[in-house]
Amino acid sequence: MASNHDHAHDHAHDHAGGHDSHAAHDHHHTPGFFTRWFFSTNHKDIGTLYLIFAIMAGVVGGALSVVMRMELQEPGIQIFHGLASMVYGFEGDAAIDGGKQMYNVFTTAHALIMIFFMVMPALIGGFANWMIPIMIGAPDMAFPRMNNISFWLIVPAFILLILSMFAQGPAGGYGVGGGWTMYPPLATSGTPGPAVDLAILALHVAGASSILGAINFITTIMNMRAPGMTLHKMPLFAWSVLITAFLLLLSLPVLAGGITMLLTDRNFGTSFFAPENGGDPILFQHLFWFFGHPEVYILILPGFGIISHIISTFSKKPVFGYLGMAYAMVAIGAVGFIVWAHHMYTVGLSLNTQRYFLFATMVIAVPTGVKIFSWIATMWGGSISFRTPMIWAIGFIFLFTVGGVTGVQLANAGLDRAMHDTYYVVAHFHYVLSLGAVFAIFAAWYYWFPKMTGYMYNETLGNLHFFIMFIGVNMVFFPQHFLGLAGMPRRYIDYPDAFAGWNYVSSVGSYISAFGVLVFFVCVIEAFMKKRVAGDNPWGVGADTLEWQLSSPPPTHQWEQLPRIK
Amino acid sequence: MATGTQERRNGVVVVACLGIFFGMIGLSYAAVPLYRMFCQVTGYGGTVREAEQASSVILDQTIKVRFDGNIAPGLAWDFKPDQRDVVMKIGETKQIFFHAKNTSDRELTGQATFNVTPEQAGAYFNKIQCFCFTETTLKPGEELEMPVLFFVDPDIVKDRETKSIGTITLSYTFYPHEKTRPVADAKKPVEAAKKL
Repeated sequence: MASNHDHAHDHAHDHAGGHDSHAAHDHHHTPGFFTRWFFSTNHKDIGTLYLIFAIMAGVVGGALSVVMRMELQEPGIQIFHGLASMVYGFEGDAAIDGGKQMYNVFTTAHALIMIFFMVMPALIGGFANWMIPIMIGAPDMAFPRMNNISFWLIVPAFILLILSMFAQGPAGGYGVGGGWTMYPPLATSGTPGPAVDLAILALHVAGASSILGAINFITTIMNMRAPGMTLHKMPLFAWSVLITAFLLLLSLPVLAGGITMLLTDRNFGTSFFAPENGGDPILFQHLFWFFGHPEVYILILPGFGIISHIISTFSKKPVFGYLGMAYAMVAIGAVGFIVWAHHMYTVGLSLNTQRYFLFATMVIAVPTGVKIFSWIATMWGGSISFRTPMIWAIGFIFLFTVGGVTGVQLANAGLDRAMHDTYYVVAHFHYVLSLGAVFAIFAAWYYWFPKMTGYMYNETLGNLHFFIMFIGVNMVFFPQHFLGLAGMPRRYIDYPDAFAGWNYVSSVGSYISAFGVLVFFVCVIEAFMKKRVAGDNPWGVGADTLEWQLSSPPPTHQWEQLPRIK
Repeated sequence: MATGTQERRNGVVVVACLGIFFGMIGLSYAAVPLYRMFCQVTGYGGTVREAEQASSVILDQTIKVRFDGNIAPGLAWDFKPDQRDVVMKIGETKQIFFHAKNTSDRELTGQATFNVTPEQAGAYFNKIQCFCFTETTLKPGEELEMPVLFFVDPDIVKDRETKSIGTITLSYTFYPHEKTRPVADAKKPVEAAKKL
């Protein structure tokens, strides 16, 4: 693939081996700990920081969800009134009301953390930052210092969001309980305290971070591909990140606009969403979902790219229908912008509007089907080795397909009338995101762990992690289909006794998943303790992208001799 | 690492990206007036039409129009329609009254908004005279009759989406009119609740 492969390879080893021979080049010096990790401009170091951040945020977001499942394990209110009196100092009946609000704050924070501070930092900030420059044969990102700013904006954004949980919200409660969608009037006149303002500012800062990251990726991928690497020879992960970056650039400003209007409605007397002065709360829903729907593709597209590489690597075949795969992602990204109102079937859209959004939504199943079937066709007739990344990838395909099927059902306006805001929707989007995107993240983790650290993980522990998670998350979310079909609504702390059975199963599944996360940590720690050397390419001939031509871990500065792609 | 040309090419991409960014911010704000125009043109969201004169066509087919009066929290008024509903011919012009009374012991100013459901009927609901968005001040104990003069456009029976509508509800909500106070100024909601 690269004509100067050997040369680049040796060169890389020089760097990894010792710095003495390069002492004259002062940009090769090893920076101190503080300079390296806090002032970092190196895409690999920033990627590592992002991954560590995403893991920590994921633990916080996951812990919130486990507490919610503990509460929902039985009908009645068992946990949150105690939690509210412990954390906020409520007493008596005020603790019950404060606890109900706190439950909603937990759902809101869980969603925002998982979306903005776990999945996006892991896939875009983490894996894309690490691998995109290497895979396209570039020495680093186009704007390394901007990359640093992107990371250090996401940290204060996270702190702002956590602070909002402890700030005054509605009368008799703390925090934002309006869900990640933050619809007015609940987010305006319904929650007068500063909690919503803090959450809005958190999203502003996180959005700025993502926009800077998106501009960085677009510039890098457009301008810094190695000689000979045309767009149509570019790895699919790079395609997926390029499309994701464009989606971010087009959709995030609309969210920023919408939440800024919310902020000025709250604090400066405007009335964009206040009907008493001629505003319209439904407008916020349009603005929000014009961002919100592309956002869900932002969360899953990088996963699509990663899964393509993993399936191809472990089937020892090039991916089936490369161009179809690339343009399917383009199509998903483009159509993703014109389907937003399928989240709003119950606001009173005219039947013709509903027909349009129904049809447009169903169209997305076509490029998505192209991808699913191309992955299967890649495996077909391949020499498949079921290493840990591969079983995560196969798990991803299965779970994402289940979520996709329920998505096609929910696209039907008539059916959605019954399912709207029930646990059926919760099950659907957790199948595509919690099980889809998160499985893609774990697949990527095991796939690139040897490359990023130089150490091989323990195959048994990786398998154990997969099977515990697979059983756990399916136990959490599959019963929620039944609950939703039976009519159990979302976003309530309590439910009628009739729903108790499947809620119990779902809660047990959540404890199993939490145990799976512990196995994940054990697996990581074990790998760092045992220090099994992974080698440059532990996966063999199937792994044909550029990162496998470098040492593991790659040298601080790679591709000083640009690889040439034929 | 980056040469002069590389920097220039990067600059072009960044400028294009920033253009998209600010363009989208602008579009999200442009959505506000566009959405309002869209609602008025299509009757979307139950936005009703305002007509200059009555309909010249009256169909031999009736439709029921129901009335609904609401008061937003913070306005100590009684407000309700004098009649719950009227059955009228499509195209016929009717006048009905809403009745408001200030039940507090101080002068209060209110402002009304309204819409109709089903929202698709908005495009065919024509008001000739109404108390829309005008500020109304009532002294303590004062009462006021507020007329609405309206008709239902006969074209409603030609539209596939609206021809089967048998009942239209016209809903008014009176909000307290005050110098707009940002909601975040509300005083210490949590402290107040803790004392309960």
